[in-house]
Amino acid sequence: MSKKEKVIIHNGMEIKKSTGDRIFDAINALVLIALCFVTLYPMWYVLCASFTENSYLVANQGILFWPHGFTTGSYKMAFEHPLILSGYKNILIVLGVSLPLNIFMTLFCGYFLASKGMMWKKPIMFMIMFTMFFGGGMIPAYLNIRDLGLYNTLWALILPGAISVYNCIICRTAIQGVPESLVESAYIDGANDVIIVFRIILPLIMPTIAVLLLYYGVGHWNSWFNASIYLQDNELLPIQNIMRSILIANSNILNASAAENDQVNEFAESIKYATIILTTVPVLCIYPFLQKYFVKGVMVGAVKG
Amino acid sequence: MTVNTAKPAPLKEKSFAQRLLSDFQKHKYKYLLILPIIIYLILFCYKPMYGLVIAFKNYRPTRGIWDSKWVGFMWFETFFKDPYFWRLLRNTFTISGLTILFGFPAPILLALLLNEVHNNKFKRTVQTITYMPYFISLVVTCSLIKIYTMENGLFPAIMSIFGMQRQNLLANPSYFYTIYILSDIWQGIGWNSIIYLAALSGIDQEQYEAAKIDGANRFQQVLHITLPGLLPTITILFILRMGNILNVGYEKILLLYNPSTYEVADVLSTYTYRMGLENQQYSLSTAVGLFNTMVNVVFLLITNYISNKTTESGLF
Repeated sequence: MSKKEKVIIHNGMEIKKSTGDRIFDAINALVLIALCFVTLYPMWYVLCASFTENSYLVANQGILFWPHGFTTGSYKMAFEHPLILSGYKNILIVLGVSLPLNIFMTLFCGYFLASKGMMWKKPIMFMIMFTMFFGGGMIPAYLNIRDLGLYNTLWALILPGAISVYNCIICRTAIQGVPESLVESAYIDGANDVIIVFRIILPLIMPTIAVLLLYYGVGHWNSWFNASIYLQDNELLPIQNIMRSILIANSNILNASAAENDQVNEFAESIKYATIILTTVPVLCIYPFLQKYFVKGVMVGAVKG
Repeated sequence: MTVNTAKPAPLKEKSFAQRLLSDFQKHKYKYLLILPIIIYLILFCYKPMYGLVIAFKNYRPTRGIWDSKWVGFMWFETFFKDPYFWRLLRNTFTISGLTILFGFPAPILLALLLNEVHNNKFKRTVQTITYMPYFISLVVTCSLIKIYTMENGLFPAIMSIFGMQRQNLLANPSYFYTIYILSDIWQGIGWNSIIYLAALSGIDQEQYEAAKIDGANRFQQVLHITLPGLLPTITILFILRMGNILNVGYEKILLLYNPSTYEVADVLSTYTYRMGLENQQYSLSTAVGLFNTMVNVVFLLITNYISNKTTESGLF
């Protein structure tokens, strides 16, 4: 036990490392590097596969450290195929309409939850929170969409997800961080709540808004289930659903005509990887820039219910 | 206390209606702002909750919810007598239990490992990389799983080195849980560790210094300082997780399962999906879904109660 582990304290901070400590540090680093490899390899593989010739991919699945042969044909194909294009178009429409709606609704809800003194605050707050723990579930939601006449329209992807209560709580906490004196002095100057939300609160919580944009944006971009039950026409499907058809269900949704057939077959495998890259890379390019704000968002949402 | 009697009495005489009116006048813009949210909640959250009554009715789309006939608990009885009932319940609890058993501690472990890294650049790089899978869509994750587990894919290739037969792993029921859990950990470990790392950074550094002076090694420090410091966070997240015990990730199961693995992979929510949306058995599937939700609520309340009793930190 009492080896010559000299514990020397310099300035109360630095402590000389023992051999055991160094071995532990080395193993720890190795474990973490292994985890990073396991995380990165699949994406690297997809990237390589998207440039690889089709025939090679058919014979070898999953093992590729470098593109085998080099072709960009799969990307060209992906950019020309009408269904893949309409998939991107649809999801961009959904994002374009959803995101402003999401942000404004969340901002309003957060502002209401952060303000004090309203008689109806408690009942309304209960009404909002209750939906976190209890809901109608899949089938009543589906029948509701049919009832409202939203079935087989892009509105069915936009409206049901207009706000997430969890994000409202994140927003509320950010608004609570705005000094009350700012809001009060605005009242004295004659501003009403709508003006305060847009002119004072919004500019001050921009970092939170950026994170909310990311959460909502990624949520819409990656979702497929609602589209699969609420939409009927292939032309309305967002890109994730097109990918699901080609990648998971192995359906020949892309081979609508005979001419398309030959073209698609030539790239049948590599086009899968090209679409994965095209749908995943945009998201992966954005999140590292917002990373430093994640902690706040996650903390708030999980700890304070 | 005599001061109280001096309070102006006339104010109290305002009737409820008057107070309501002045409240509305005073906060009219706040109510205006919350109005769209209330409309949204009514249309897309509370209206479907009303739709739950079809679990007690014989719903016919042509008649609508209101005019369909009441049947009491008939659909629940049908479901409880269903030959698949026990299988569904077993699979749901198994998948959920395994996810909690292996998936819940994994991010805690990662946070502890990251906490021991003193090179900030390395730490941040590892964090950025491990967050990545969280942003990859389920469709892509499941496609990758499918590609890697195909007969000529990566994992069967590795397994064949160890003398096992090459096969499509997703078609074999005995591998389903392993695939499901491992990919779940892969996707969530980094993201879910954020909250623990934040909690770790809140632990008083002086405690570590004091422990070091007292001769505690790093393992002892983790055991006696870090873990106790994490416990409140772990408790709250555990309660939240227990409240979702029957909410297994059905989207992922829908993407991964196939008739050959129904035996182990079919859960309450996927059954709801098949019965309701593929077979149009709306009432039965709503009853199954309601049963699922109710079990969740019960579990949430039980865990919260136990937690309040034992650790005095609960949700409500």
